[in-house]
Amino acid sequence: MDEKRIDLTGPALDRAFMQALAPAQETLRNCMQCGSCTATCASAYAMDYTPRQLWHMCRLGLKDQVLNSKTLWLCSTCYSCTLRCPRELPLTETIGTLKRLAIEEHIQKHKESRNFYLAFMDTVRRYGRSNEVELMVRYFLTTNLLLAVDYVPLALAMLRHGKVALSLPKVVGPGKLDRIFERVQELEGGQ
Amino acid sequence: MKYTYFPGCSLESTAKEYDLSARAVLRELGVELEELHDWNCCGASAAEITSHLLALVLPARNLALAEQLNGGSQLVASCSACYVNLRRVEEKVREDTELLDKINQALDVDGLTYSGKPRVRHLLDVIANDVGVDAIAARVKKPLEGLRVAPYYGCQTVRPYSPFDVPYYPETMDRILAVLGVHVHPNPLKAACCGGTLSTTKREVGIKLVSDLIKAVDGADCIVTVCPLCQMNLESYQAQVSKQLGQAVHMPILYLTQLLGLALGLPEKSLGLKHNIVPLESMEV
Repeated sequence: MDEKRIDLTGPALDRAFMQALAPAQETLRNCMQCGSCTATCASAYAMDYTPRQLWHMCRLGLKDQVLNSKTLWLCSTCYSCTLRCPRELPLTETIGTLKRLAIEEHIQKHKESRNFYLAFMDTVRRYGRSNEVELMVRYFLTTNLLLAVDYVPLALAMLRHGKVALSLPKVVGPGKLDRIFERVQELEGGQ
Repeated sequence: MKYTYFPGCSLESTAKEYDLSARAVLRELGVELEELHDWNCCGASAAEITSHLLALVLPARNLALAEQLNGGSQLVASCSACYVNLRRVEEKVREDTELLDKINQALDVDGLTYSGKPRVRHLLDVIANDVGVDAIAARVKKPLEGLRVAPYYGCQTVRPYSPFDVPYYPETMDRILAVLGVHVHPNPLKAACCGGTLSTTKREVGIKLVSDLIKAVDGADCIVTVCPLCQMNLESYQAQVSKQLGQAVHMPILYLTQLLGLALGLPEKSLGLKHNIVPLESMEV
């Protein structure tokens, strides 16, 4: 696979970024750059940097390039790379960590992916379960209302086949899982 | 045989037919499923990117509820994403008591405690290994002869946890299909990924992945799967897939439990066949 050249002329080794990556550092240190992850990834063809490159860029501390990379949002968590890795590194979880950092840093690139997952979690917090109608409405509102046009034929087909739950779960007052979400936030803040 | 059942969010809406057929078929096979009361979303692939701890606490709340219900019972998940998320907690706390403690500090606000007892199982595992292929074969009333069926497992059914099969070329579904009388159509991409949420967030990549999967089983009459996201991706975008492949695609995507139900002679209505978007005319049996 053709790989894009990694630009090393920008600021390297962002120390705060390395700190945030600390839990994944063991992973990255042990990567031997064999490229099994790239070879087994079905989405690698569409990535700006291959998974193999991404690990190396993390080690170099190239924060902006890593966190703006399309690669993060093309991972569909299929765990193929994780199981193929001859060093048995938890690569899928590491991509999860990077996605989380990109959200925390308010990276605007690939906001459609970010908005989708955040909309999903908002719905879960409120009702305890996901709800496709509310999820998609929130997603369109935060990303681009015109996107909804694309979904009209599918939405109609799903309605026709009774695949859409038309009533929202009942929640009175704050969200059903509010207290658990808040406690988790406290616990993570206290780390 | 009795299990606690975790249907998961999709089975209440987009995968209603999976829920209906799973309950009907397991009842027929002598398995009792008791739905977990007050279950919540497992966090899917979204929780992990907002908070690592939350991604563990959400499934743990369900495991704590299962534990409260009947101690060390088995929790059966029908959705592969739910299965992985629930199982991940089970695996992680086994080696990490500090993590278990932290999870319990969060669950405490709901008055719940989790000790790590319930065993998490995939519905496919229960059907194939607890019920067993022989018991299924003995109950087949309407063999589906002549039907060419391509099994599709998707990723999370067998990865990263593979306690009942292998991660890249699984055979569990193939073994079940074989006793239903169908012709098992070879599928070289049987454990490849359907793209999950990419069909929404990165449409062009999602459609390509789904197109590859459908092209790989050219000549099959239908595909069977055990994951609601796989089923939705394979079924919902066939107009776009037709464009991508340059040929009209009309591929019914059934849940394994729907096909099982047909072979066991259960009424079509109980299997939710009307909920499938791509009609199953070619499958009249």
